[in-house]
Amino acid sequence: MKSDKGLLKSLIQQRYSYLFIAPTVILFCVFVLIPVIASFLLSFTRYNALSAPQWVGFSNYYNIFFKDPRFWKALKNTVIYVAGVVPISISISLLLAVAIDQKIRFKNFYKAIFFMPVVTSFIAISVIWKWLFAGEKYGLINYWLMKMGFNPVDWLMSPTWTLPAIIIMSIWAGLGYNMILLLVGLQTIPRTFYEAADIDGAGSWNKFWNITLPLLRPTLLFVVIMSMINSFQLFEQVYVMTAGTGEGVGGVLDCALSLVAYLYEKGFQRFEMGYASAIAYILFAVILLATLVNMKVVRSRFEY
Amino acid sequence: MRNLTIKTRNRVINLVVYAVLTVGALSMAVPYVWMVITSIKPIEEIQSYPPSFYVHHPTFAPYKELFSLLPMGRYLLNSFFVASLVTLCNIFFCSLAGYAFAKHRFYGRDKIFLLLLSAIMIPYQVNLIPGFIIVRNLGWLNSFYSLVIPNMAMAFGVFLCRQYIMSIPNDLIDAAKIDGCSEFGIYRLVILPLIKPALATLAIFTFLSQWNSFVWPLIVIHASSMRTVPLALSVLNSQFGFGANFAMVMAGATVVTLPVLIVFICFQKYFIKGIALIGLKG
Repeated sequence: MKSDKGLLKSLIQQRYSYLFIAPTVILFCVFVLIPVIASFLLSFTRYNALSAPQWVGFSNYYNIFFKDPRFWKALKNTVIYVAGVVPISISISLLLAVAIDQKIRFKNFYKAIFFMPVVTSFIAISVIWKWLFAGEKYGLINYWLMKMGFNPVDWLMSPTWTLPAIIIMSIWAGLGYNMILLLVGLQTIPRTFYEAADIDGAGSWNKFWNITLPLLRPTLLFVVIMSMINSFQLFEQVYVMTAGTGEGVGGVLDCALSLVAYLYEKGFQRFEMGYASAIAYILFAVILLATLVNMKVVRSRFEY
Repeated sequence: MRNLTIKTRNRVINLVVYAVLTVGALSMAVPYVWMVITSIKPIEEIQSYPPSFYVHHPTFAPYKELFSLLPMGRYLLNSFFVASLVTLCNIFFCSLAGYAFAKHRFYGRDKIFLLLLSAIMIPYQVNLIPGFIIVRNLGWLNSFYSLVIPNMAMAFGVFLCRQYIMSIPNDLIDAAKIDGCSEFGIYRLVILPLIKPALATLAIFTFLSQWNSFVWPLIVIHASSMRTVPLALSVLNSQFGFGANFAMVMAGATVVTLPVLIVFICFQKYFIKGIALIGLKG
């Protein structure tokens, strides 16, 4: 009883603290905490947003894993996308970051140019690239391909090339963001290490491999994880690139259907909200798993 | 002799560096340049082959068509209003909560903060469906409420402010208390002026993420008058995206992209510092 009184007294004393955090905490509860829990519960129900949800146990998860080839298609596409975007984007970003880190002129100009896509909405980026990828004749990319002696590619109308087109575009869009983060990492490496290597007569390649890369490991890990988390959430690009093909969100034969695109279709076009919630939690689990695996692999690979 | 070879080697490295950066910069710029060029081309030139970067008869017709077909002015205003309001709210609520979490001692402080922080780890898609249902039950579909209120105090903003405020010496706060400053007075007169750089970063990123936000508006806004610009662009894309009227779609893309690019060029330093500081894309 006494401790209760003490608690009450201290709560009153701390009323300003609670007042200050109240708006944030209330909004957090209503729009984050409750939805996260509700989503988990909904994933065990059948719910069409109109009548009350019906408890169906694990049947959504069962159906997703064993009876839904479109889910597997979406998962496969998403994994291909992540596996295509993350390593290539980060390799090119690293190259650019190392180049910008040299003693060069117009440093800020280059940084600004590479950073432009980061401030551009994915909708605008996708619309622009859709035009670049356009059919045989008017698209700039096909025109250049033909000039270089290749056959034109029907990027967005063929089931084979839609996903690669989205991958190419997303690599381009992510370069600046990764580059800036890597640049910050590069700048934390003490110059004295390089000076010492110079005295020992080490070449540039040697310095990159034995000094830069190992010391950049924490930044690289961070960039890889961030890039992966973002990539698993692929949606806007698919939504724009496949719009107007006369097919669903995933495009012709679901060739570019991603997990989030599938979630959107199920939840907000077909109103199978229980099923969509289950997809959301599977996505969450996939991202978590990929992050953990990554941390483990990067840790063990580059231990020194 | 050895000096000479080092000199030539450095020169070669320099050349490679500039080559890499120039090729990279060009490939970054070309899509934007192509967007603007296409948006001022008359239809005959769009359909002419080979595609050319030179516009013989530049025209603003695609822009006129765009603004007469869709109320783009209204959409720009919608986006601007929502993004500004959300930014102001975040600056206020996040710094207020950040101050309490950083400098106050109260029951459950660390547990509540950890809970807030864990929200950053959860992909937003998990909240999408219940979020929609909550907003619908509140009667907020197709209104600014649904775009503004759920985003008014982001966990990451609280985190950013708290980190920054922790570095403020307690003596300053104690001195203000001795001078008879109220708790809110300390926040307003001591804390706020000192965390301006953090708030600038928070403001830039909140505004940007709201201006470019797509999925949430797509779900809660169905009335055409309430659209934000990314929604309008996506509508434009699905109606004209494969037709001959690409000039108008590119005009739309230019209208959406240009304001942000101009702001970015003006505040470039803060942007890049900010992303280095927090490592989050808007």
